[in-house]
Amino acid sequence: MATHVADGSERANIRLVPNSLDLEDRVRLLRFMLLMRGVEDRAMHLYRQGKVPGSFYDGYGQEAVSAGAAYALGPADRLCVLHRDLAAHLVRGASVARILGQYMGRSGGFPAGRDANVHFGDRELGCVGMVSMLPDMMLVATGMAMAFKLRDEARCALTWVGDGATSRGDFHEALNWAGVQRLPVVFVLENNQYAYSTPTERQFAVDPVQRATTYGFPGITVDGNDPEAMFEVTRRARERALAGDGPTLIEALTMRMHGHAAHDDMRYVPPELLAKWRERDPIALQEGRLTDEGVDVAALRAEVTREIEAATEQALAMPMPDPATARQGVFAVGEAQPLGDGRAPWSGFHPEAPHA
Amino acid sequence: MPELTYLQAISEGLREEMRCDERVFVMGEDVGEFGGAFKVTDGMLQEFGERRVMDTPLAESAIIGAAVGAAVVGLRPVCEMQFADFVACGFDQLVNVAGKMHYRQGLAVPLTVRLPSGGGFSGGPFHSQNPEAWFMHAPGLKVLAPSTAEDAKGLLIAAIRDPNPVCFFEHKHLYRRIKGEVPAGAYETPMTARVARPGTDLVVIAYGAMVWTALEATEDLDGASIEVLDLRSLVPLDTAAILDSVARCSKVVVVDEANATCAAGAQVAAFIAQHAFEHLDGPVMRVGTPDVPIAFSPPLERALLPQVSDIAEVCRELLAY
Repeated sequence: MATHVADGSERANIRLVPNSLDLEDRVRLLRFMLLMRGVEDRAMHLYRQGKVPGSFYDGYGQEAVSAGAAYALGPADRLCVLHRDLAAHLVRGASVARILGQYMGRSGGFPAGRDANVHFGDRELGCVGMVSMLPDMMLVATGMAMAFKLRDEARCALTWVGDGATSRGDFHEALNWAGVQRLPVVFVLENNQYAYSTPTERQFAVDPVQRATTYGFPGITVDGNDPEAMFEVTRRARERALAGDGPTLIEALTMRMHGHAAHDDMRYVPPELLAKWRERDPIALQEGRLTDEGVDVAALRAEVTREIEAATEQALAMPMPDPATARQGVFAVGEAQPLGDGRAPWSGFHPEAPHA
Repeated sequence: MPELTYLQAISEGLREEMRCDERVFVMGEDVGEFGGAFKVTDGMLQEFGERRVMDTPLAESAIIGAAVGAAVVGLRPVCEMQFADFVACGFDQLVNVAGKMHYRQGLAVPLTVRLPSGGGFSGGPFHSQNPEAWFMHAPGLKVLAPSTAEDAKGLLIAAIRDPNPVCFFEHKHLYRRIKGEVPAGAYETPMTARVARPGTDLVVIAYGAMVWTALEATEDLDGASIEVLDLRSLVPLDTAAILDSVARCSKVVVVDEANATCAAGAQVAAFIAQHAFEHLDGPVMRVGTPDVPIAFSPPLERALLPQVSDIAEVCRELLAY
């Protein structure tokens, strides 16, 4: 049931490049990863210019994990997105300008500079933004999946979770509950080797993906630096969820290539480890594949850069929020509006129509 | 109107709301076949089925976290903590996830957490607590604490219909001791204070079981006219009603069954000190449980929880001021 790879130094032994992705899908996956990297790189520059308050956290090197997993989700599925998973927001349709505005605490953020820069979710796109306590969102995802099951709806919930968060009790409570109730939920364990400065060998004695079977459902390890493998393993987990067969724990092996946050020089990471993972960059992998298919990758990069330039201008033009609004919105008033549907660009959801 | 116990009223409120809104469902430990530790959900499994009356794993964090998830996709979960004390295990989900969601993201979390609270029956340190203030201090949570059967039903319905997370403190010692006339059908009690007995010489401000202790303590106190104000809701706090009582009575005793430091009554006393100073004819007095875990043995427990005689004594002292 579980497919394991020994470590992240080689690609998953399940060759998951699927025929369910057409060439446009594969290009789009690359585009989302390029956009994530470019937006975060821009945000880091803005941070160094003093325009991004607080600290800044990025997912450099992990772009495939969120891009691939989110790409497999349908419009009515729901997500809890973590701080190194920007591509998920992009897949769901969040605007780059609003994301940059959010980073800078501008009034055009999600919403209006209330939560720290990377903790956001667009309610209208089916995304719940994370809280800092990890892995709290596993329980929220579990509850969303529970509601889908109670209402006999063919939908699933998905959340990411870090390797450090596997040590907290909510990890157990969520896996146990999801297993007991056979819920349509997908947990993506984003194993990026370090929780802040703590390596996985000080976090767990047994790889947490192996715990899945003890909760009654499969745990699958996949190459988290391969967006197509991430897509395919998530697509299968989603199918399993919608068929009523219950949850899946996916362990995406990857590497946090930057510090925990902007201030962190990562002196605790052996340089040879970084060098090894640098050779396995997810964007380089996908660019290589698409170049072989004759895709003009340079043109795609240029287009993404232009989009980010334009969005940056828009975000910088957004005013800061009015201090008079600081106390507003603690309580909801009127009828509660649930999460809305997000964009789901995968061609598998649009078999007869070309993509928008 | 039929006369119901406080417990029956809570049960009826829940049942009425489940009948008129199919999004409402109950989840918690032993709430199904067993009907809940206190039998609030007795018979509901038979009426509503196991999807709407859900026995969960023993996992308070998961109960609240899963309820948040269900709420943001359109359901109206009513979670039962078997005892309010156990909400400590779900504190993070309630305070950090549920309470802050709307401010952070504009996402409403219509969720009710039922919290059987309070002491007086040898429950010991882990089955007697009154943790209202933990949640008053956390932005984004409403906190209710009814004292009568009628209010218990109406406030529970109001909590379920509210688009926010609501902590509903139901006092265990009132469950079967208190009876009252309860209107039939579904109705909402406003989240405001209620004058339990009007008076002019002194006002005792209380909530939950302490309303009854205060009423008993001041029923015939040397002929003085003593008002009892039942807060009913701690968040939102009915400051207008508090100011009104203080303006009329000029002397104030604030009572908590909770441990006194930073309790709800401390907030009320601070508010009065700041906003009603000119109306006061004496210090704002407080009666509460000392900052001690609630002891198990009856004489020890009685020595800790505010008693009729404790409230009467403080009222006499203040009347003579």
